[in-house]
Amino acid sequence: MSATLAPTPQISPMPSDTASGLELISPDRTNSSAPQWFFERSANAWGEFQKLPVPSIKDESWRYSNAKRISLNSIHPAEAANEHLEAAAVAASEGLATAGARFVFVNDRLVVSETQGLPEGVVCLPLEEALQSHSALLEEHFMKRESFLGSAKFASLHLAHVKAGVVVFVPAQMEIENPIEVFHWIKGANAAIFPHTLVITGDHAKVSVVDHYRSDDGVVGLSCAVSDVIAGNGSSITYVACQELGNEGQALHLSSTTAQKDSLVKSFQAQLGAGFSRTESVSNLVGAGSRSDMLSVSMPIADQVVDQRTLQRHLAPHTFSDLLYKNALYDRSRAIFSGLIHVFEGAHYTDAYQTCRNLLNSEEAEASSMPGLEINADQVKCSHGSASSPVSEEELFYLKARGIPDAEARRLIVLGFLKNALGRLENEVVEAMIIARMEEKFARIAVQAAV
Amino acid sequence: MSLKITNLHAGLPDREILKGLNLEVKPGEVHAIMGPNGSGKSTLSKVMAGHDDYAVTSGEVMLDDINLLELSVDARARAGLFLAFQYPHEIPGVSNANFLRAAKKARLPEGEEIDAIKFYKEMYARMDALEMDRSFTSRSVNEGFSGGEKKRNEILQLMMLEPKYAVLDETDSGLDIDALKIVARGVNAMRSPDRGFLLITHYQRLLDYIQPDFVHVLMDGKIVHSGGRELALELEAKGYDWLKEEELATA
Ligand SMILES: Nc1ncnc2c1ncn2[C@@H]1O[C@H](COP(=O)(O)OP(=O)(O)OP(=O)(O)O)[C@@H](O)[C@H]1O
Ligand SMILES: [Mg+2]
Repeated sequence: MSATLAPTPQISPMPSDTASGLELISPDRTNSSAPQWFFERSANAWGEFQKLPVPSIKDESWRYSNAKRISLNSIHPAEAANEHLEAAAVAASEGLATAGARFVFVNDRLVVSETQGLPEGVVCLPLEEALQSHSALLEEHFMKRESFLGSAKFASLHLAHVKAGVVVFVPAQMEIENPIEVFHWIKGANAAIFPHTLVITGDHAKVSVVDHYRSDDGVVGLSCAVSDVIAGNGSSITYVACQELGNEGQALHLSSTTAQKDSLVKSFQAQLGAGFSRTESVSNLVGAGSRSDMLSVSMPIADQVVDQRTLQRHLAPHTFSDLLYKNALYDRSRAIFSGLIHVFEGAHYTDAYQTCRNLLNSEEAEASSMPGLEINADQVKCSHGSASSPVSEEELFYLKARGIPDAEARRLIVLGFLKNALGRLENEVVEAMIIARMEEKFARIAVQAAV
Repeated sequence: MSLKITNLHAGLPDREILKGLNLEVKPGEVHAIMGPNGSGKSTLSKVMAGHDDYAVTSGEVMLDDINLLELSVDARARAGLFLAFQYPHEIPGVSNANFLRAAKKARLPEGEEIDAIKFYKEMYARMDALEMDRSFTSRSVNEGFSGGEKKRNEILQLMMLEPKYAVLDETDSGLDIDALKIVARGVNAMRSPDRGFLLITHYQRLLDYIQPDFVHVLMDGKIVHSGGRELALELEAKGYDWLKEEELATA
């Protein structure tokens, strides 16, 4: 067992004559009916993207990672998939048992939109439509958050190309019971998608939103997703990202949550697919009495890399944040966790916690954790901890001594290990969905073990 | 048909613990093994179950006509061997019910599912017999259980899995007097002409409740003396020293 990583080979700056693919293909906005401000922001972002260097492992925020795993030059913005592929994606979009609304995007094109279950007054629209009908709201909130965790270049790339995704605005006092569920598919080789999610609640409103990112095995593709969640006073938002790209996929997920006074935000990452996945999750506690729960599970296999960067920003007094990231690693996979708790001046009486746990199913799997604290206020309660340990041989023996085969014994132990992060969601429908997705992964592990 | 141990030598890489052990348990029989601390009783049970701390250097363990030593840990259990541990392990995050269900399912033909209603009915009936509260079904396996609760949980598993041969390692230790009676009742209910038992114990008291057909003394990795029930009483009165002397005399 090892808790540290050997440094990955250094990335040399990309010579411009080899630049191709996303490095060069400028966004196509010809058929867009978006407002002027959007075109301007998007065009600026394209300029920014081209100026910014590809992150290297020399950057602190990319330590132990490898930005080269995100290949840009072989990839182009996804083109519309044929009907057959779209139908296949829709058929394979199984998720929640009950959803309040459902969208399926294939290659950034809207294919399914079911919103009839939502109460009147709720805004729940595909991005392209929302840009027209709610231009002012979007102008205020759309991609206004700074990139703190190292992916400014990819955030710019996203803004330059974005056209798909869902905008949710729940007016004050309104509660939506069943989650809004969105599927984003990459179909076809070397395609990139740029899914966007924006969730805003008015005072004392309540909503939950689930994003799925999926693609098929054996196909290179990139999902460069952004989600921003803004909770109004006393409101409650649960946001779930469930990433199941195929083994050749690359997944980026840049997210922020902003919790205003007395609001409650839960965000959950289920990183189950992709050869390389990186999540950057920022929690802004801007209102007194707000609370943020940051939760994550992953189970990388083979050579998968799960790279997790988090930031808990306490900007107001009496704020509470609690982070629990759990990774169950197999084979030669790697998990990187880097998290910072930042308590700003004046954010007195802050409680901030951060825990990362790694369970190793293989001696070759590697997990590295870099927890951090920066405290500039008084009366603060903070703790952070990370630990890695192999699956207990004694636990395995006990289960096997009851006749349970090795793979099933490990499944029980891993599920048990990951479950307490799930339990924190306190949402049975969502928990059941994530467990079902994890079972898909266990089935893969079983198949692989049988080979 | 029997659980038959022949000339078993086993131990740690640098230390032999079992030094030529012979024992045969036939279906329907109850054998008790007694012996001083550290003589190798738990080692014997774990070697039979296949714990990989221990290596077998020679000898044989046959379960009916199956060579147990050739099987993996889980296959041995499915072949019909059950070991109630002296120190049952805690498994955080895995509920007792899911655990038992997985163990039951492992015994079904590939692809067949457990009938959930039947399963719960059976589990509740067994738990009632052991006077175990229903809350133990949703609690993680053995986690935070008291010593006695863990032992009851072992017997619950025995009852649910219905093995051909059961080895109970100091199931009586840690039990209060009432619990001892309850557990003994559970074990007695499982006695049948088709099932053999091997009870490892330090106390003759257990044998008042579960009456053995044979009593063996294990010392320094070997069975040094065997007899009927009355041997347990004799050991209780005299301790083990006289057997050591006897060993020396015959050596
Ligand atoms: N995994 C192990 N590592 C080191 N020593 C061991 C191990 N297993 C057994 N031993 C040693 O082997 C000897 C036999 O141990 P075992 O547990 O079988 O004794 P026992 O007869 O069950 O004793 P008790 O009556 O105290 O339960 C002891 O000296 C013990 O310390
Ligand atoms: Mg012992």
